[in-house]
Amino acid sequence: MSTALYIWLDPNVQWILFGSMLLGLSSGVIGSFAYLRKQSLMGDALSHAALPGVCIAFMLSGSKSIGLFLLGAAVAGVIATFGIGFITRNSRVKQDAALAIVLTVFFGIGIVLLTRIQHSGNGNQSGLDKFLFGQAASMMLSDVMIMAAISLVLVTVCSLLFKEFKLLSFDPGFARGIGYPVAFMDQLIMFLIVVAVVVGIQAVGVVLMSALLITPAVSARYWTEKLGMMVVLAGLFGALSGLIGTFISASGNNLPTGPLTVLVATAVFALSVAAAPRRGVISKLLLRASVRTQVRREQAEVSGERRNRAV
Amino acid sequence: MHKSPLSIHGLSVAYQKKPVLRDITFEVPEGNLIGIVGPNGAGKSTLIKAALGLIPRLHGEVTIYGKPYAKQRKLVGYVPQRESVDWDFPTNALDVVMMGRYGHLGWIKRPGSAEKKLAMECLAKVGMADYAGRQISQLSGGQQQRIFLARALAQDATLYVMDEPFVGVDAATEKAIITLLNELKTQGKTVLVVHHDLATVKEYFDWVMLLNVRLVAFGPTEPTFTAQKLQETYGGRLTMLDRESPSALIVNGRSSDVDGSIHLA
Repeated sequence: MSTALYIWLDPNVQWILFGSMLLGLSSGVIGSFAYLRKQSLMGDALSHAALPGVCIAFMLSGSKSIGLFLLGAAVAGVIATFGIGFITRNSRVKQDAALAIVLTVFFGIGIVLLTRIQHSGNGNQSGLDKFLFGQAASMMLSDVMIMAAISLVLVTVCSLLFKEFKLLSFDPGFARGIGYPVAFMDQLIMFLIVVAVVVGIQAVGVVLMSALLITPAVSARYWTEKLGMMVVLAGLFGALSGLIGTFISASGNNLPTGPLTVLVATAVFALSVAAAPRRGVISKLLLRASVRTQVRREQAEVSGERRNRAV
Repeated sequence: MHKSPLSIHGLSVAYQKKPVLRDITFEVPEGNLIGIVGPNGAGKSTLIKAALGLIPRLHGEVTIYGKPYAKQRKLVGYVPQRESVDWDFPTNALDVVMMGRYGHLGWIKRPGSAEKKLAMECLAKVGMADYAGRQISQLSGGQQQRIFLARALAQDATLYVMDEPFVGVDAATEKAIITLLNELKTQGKTVLVVHHDLATVKEYFDWVMLLNVRLVAFGPTEPTFTAQKLQETYGGRLTMLDRESPSALIVNGRSSDVDGSIHLA
């Protein structure tokens, strides 16, 4: 207990917790749109594709700057999405298979580059290996500041363009008909996903980042039938997962943050599946039971009446 | 000068290398209810999607009231196929209808009470006012179709383009839709409808377009919708039930249909 209290009071840890919360919040928000647009796997592909981009950015610059990482990840993400589009258009390969191919190729290249960097003896490389599974404790105050700024931009864009993103997610054909630049907005949402991935790369790592994009959104969908509420809830669930995951990780047991955060997010998901009103399993079972007894009672009444008439 | 609501000149569209529409040229007369019919894979949906710039075209020019579509978007209301969207989306009926106002609202600005009022009126016109707050997946197929129609009404257009609005709806909804289309017509609006049921063409439409990759015929229903022209459109796949009344036609059984779609798809 005393260690837990101590952790809360440590200003360093406070910053890290704050950063993880922001990360969860922004990935939950943009993840909602990715999920509704049926691009859950795209988030996975983009986060894996970010790894070689980040590695090349590091190799070229020799420094761990979030701005350059963002650039590298964005370029890699764009190449990955074009690659997926190219394969889907020009071969008989369907999109799911194209995603799998591109995702693994990029991740493979990323691992090769990462290994090279680690053997290169560059003194600055320490901590880069944490990009796979994340280590929130390795974040510095400056990192958190940048994360906060990026998250703020991401959430602002999503709230300003809420109406446009809603229509694009629900009915892209209609959106194009009334003159929305659908291709540009597609790329914008992809880019925002890449942004969320880069923000999360230190805290959660590329391997599990897609879980933080999608799981809070799926959980939130269980609780509401309103998109606005869903986005807010997804942000909250994400923030909560980031906070608790980082807290456990920072409690001194040296567990990587990413897996812990994902486990918390999954716990929220399990709770949502079970307990959510209307859509949840328990409420559906209760509803069915009540309908069954009602039908049975009505049938009993009908047959009772018939018997009375016969008598 | 008086301009046609929709005029298309030399339109060709291809998916990959396969042409689905070849050299289509026509001019839509104002204030009519127009049906577009043709076999599966004839390019009916493709035609309206290409006209509205939803898919790229190979050649051809499309003008709406004499200007390119990009400048005339607010004059066009579009009803896509109902199956084109996932109805398990977290939103309600009123919200979907309000989407019809997004084009007029412009960027970032959110719909307010004026949009809400208009959307409620449009819902009432399709007989769905009581369902405004209903989550859209809780609506029946016919009700979903009416919501799409109400959204197009909210666009407050003068040319309406509808992709198979009668598919999978019950008789009551079909009647409600056709009544509404006639009402639009009496207001002087032009309505283009992709249609699949040959039996109702004469009853519903003033003008008809027979389409099978090429434009077979386009004109007032009475002289255009003839047995001979239909044979031409559908190939040998039409059987006449009754020689006395040429409108009693039926599309041949499944095997020939599958056969045909191999040629055309």
